[in-house]
Amino acid sequence: MKILVTAKRVTDPNSKIVLRPDRQGIVTDNVDFKMNPFCEIAVEEALRLRDKTEDSEIVVVTVGDEETTKEIRTALAMGADRGIRVAADEKSLDSDVVARILMKLCEQEKPDLVLLGKQAIDGDNNQVAQLLAEYLGWPQATFAYKFELTEGNKGARVQREVDGGVETVSLTFPAVVTTDLRLNEPRYASLPGIMKAKKKPLTEVTPAELGVDMTLKVTTVAFEPPPGRTAGVKVKTVEELIEKLATEAKCI
Amino acid sequence: MKPILPKPIDADPALAAFRETCLRFARERIAPFAFEWEEAELFPRSLYAEAGAIGLLGAGFPEAYGGSGGDAFFPLVAAESLVHGGTTGVVAGLSSHGIALPPILLLGTEAQKQRFVPPVLSGQYIAALAITEPDTGSDVAGVKTRAVPTTGGYVIKGAKMFITSGARADFISVLARTGDDPHAGLTFFVVERDRPGFSVSRALKKTGWRASDTAELSFDDVFVPTENRIGAEGTGFQALMHNFQNERLALAFMGHGTAEVALNDALAYARERRAFGREIARFQVIRHRLAEMATRTFAARELNYSVARKLVAGQADPAQIAMAKNFAAQTAVDVCHDAVQILAGAGYLRETRVERLSRDARLLPIGGGTTDIMNEIIARFYVSV
Repeated sequence: MKILVTAKRVTDPNSKIVLRPDRQGIVTDNVDFKMNPFCEIAVEEALRLRDKTEDSEIVVVTVGDEETTKEIRTALAMGADRGIRVAADEKSLDSDVVARILMKLCEQEKPDLVLLGKQAIDGDNNQVAQLLAEYLGWPQATFAYKFELTEGNKGARVQREVDGGVETVSLTFPAVVTTDLRLNEPRYASLPGIMKAKKKPLTEVTPAELGVDMTLKVTTVAFEPPPGRTAGVKVKTVEELIEKLATEAKCI
Repeated sequence: MKPILPKPIDADPALAAFRETCLRFARERIAPFAFEWEEAELFPRSLYAEAGAIGLLGAGFPEAYGGSGGDAFFPLVAAESLVHGGTTGVVAGLSSHGIALPPILLLGTEAQKQRFVPPVLSGQYIAALAITEPDTGSDVAGVKTRAVPTTGGYVIKGAKMFITSGARADFISVLARTGDDPHAGLTFFVVERDRPGFSVSRALKKTGWRASDTAELSFDDVFVPTENRIGAEGTGFQALMHNFQNERLALAFMGHGTAEVALNDALAYARERRAFGREIARFQVIRHRLAEMATRTFAARELNYSVARKLVAGQADPAQIAMAKNFAAQTAVDVCHDAVQILAGAGYLRETRVERLSRDARLLPIGGGTTDIMNEIIARFYVSV
């Protein structure tokens, strides 16, 4: 079984984000970057699947500049087998371009399963996997919180969290699946793993070599910080609370 | 706003990756329990296995004996990073093998290395080093514990003091006297805890490093077979001098790590805490205090990194290591003191991290040789009359 898994470089979720004065992006000087936490969950799930199946291979992919090699090395240190970096400047990308790059890679690599984080914690776009599945014409299951292989490893049964409950979907490989927070707890990159990752193959390719049309469908105009939180209101009685929830918050 | 300290620059990307692993371990596996373990004056034994499983205990140790590989910089980065868990005692306990195993690797036979090293690096066994005695510390020539030859081995008699992990170590690398020459009469032995005559006299109550078990040990005619002697008779002093360099630098790295955590906590507090209508970070006295804390912490880290690079390159300079240890240890003490001043009442509560670190830091100018002993080493190299 061959699994293609993505690892996007994002700003460290534990660090504080500051907007650039020109509102065209965030200050990246001296900011920590790491792998998108949902991608880490995808890598972990791929590793567990490899342990349950025979002759499986995990290919980890990222799209980005030279610095994003670090995120591939992290996935290799966790246990993935080899890496591919598609060289591109972040400014030349939107969700659709990334989906088209991954489509070309899937045509080359012919994976049985593509695992992606449900969204990246920086842009929160939540689009790449859905676009990719559509372009490939493959079945998709998003927001997986439970993943089981079906008999003969020909497909999977995926439970996904939806409003008000859990939906179970069955799909046949090849397929695209995105991972949600509660699917697993990603392992540590162990020191022996980090040492081994140095020797694992990592290839680089350009979008031009893959024959990808890089026309952007989305361009960023400007970033705005969210409005500051305003002070709350204190209520004296439960009756007053219920009244305000009904008339002002309009949530009951 | 930039982080107050720039990120360290690592020549080896594997070192940066390992630092992230160590920081995550500190954040997830140590920090949430730091207060509880400090109050209990012990951390669970299972933490050794957890650290072993991710190759943390094996950092810098050869793969042939269950190590994770990497050079001498890796365990130093572990020391620096694990302090972010907020208890130096846990770091000291987790790394007691870092001083207990090197004599075995340096002088031991292949069979001894295979027997003692892998189970410690996996976290199954705990190892400790025993040099100091109730009457002698850095003056190693004063070691009185004796190993007297007998049929098939030696009988060890004496006492050891301030032994990190001593109360629950499965085996101890013990420096004992096999001859009367002050230095050439010293030899290392491995003593397993179940040997008749070995006992823990008492677990010591300390100012800081409370989660670390520190003990006084008694050797009352403990028989050990010859295969527990490490190296030829009289080779102990040489192995110990080698040990000191890594141990002192590890303490220096804990120093700048401790200072960095205290600085960050003080900074976060000063930006939130309001007095006289504004955040206290807006007052010049506080701003400048933080600026000085950052300067000293940065200087300590850069000096440590510079000296560590020489150690890794095989050019360990004992006087420079002594300088780095003194500077980082005092920086940790001073920066923690300042952090407590900034947190004021809150900094005097046992549940805050800077309170704990201010007590923990006090060990750094003492352990591995006091500031005054370090100064004497520096003076011997550079001050002649």
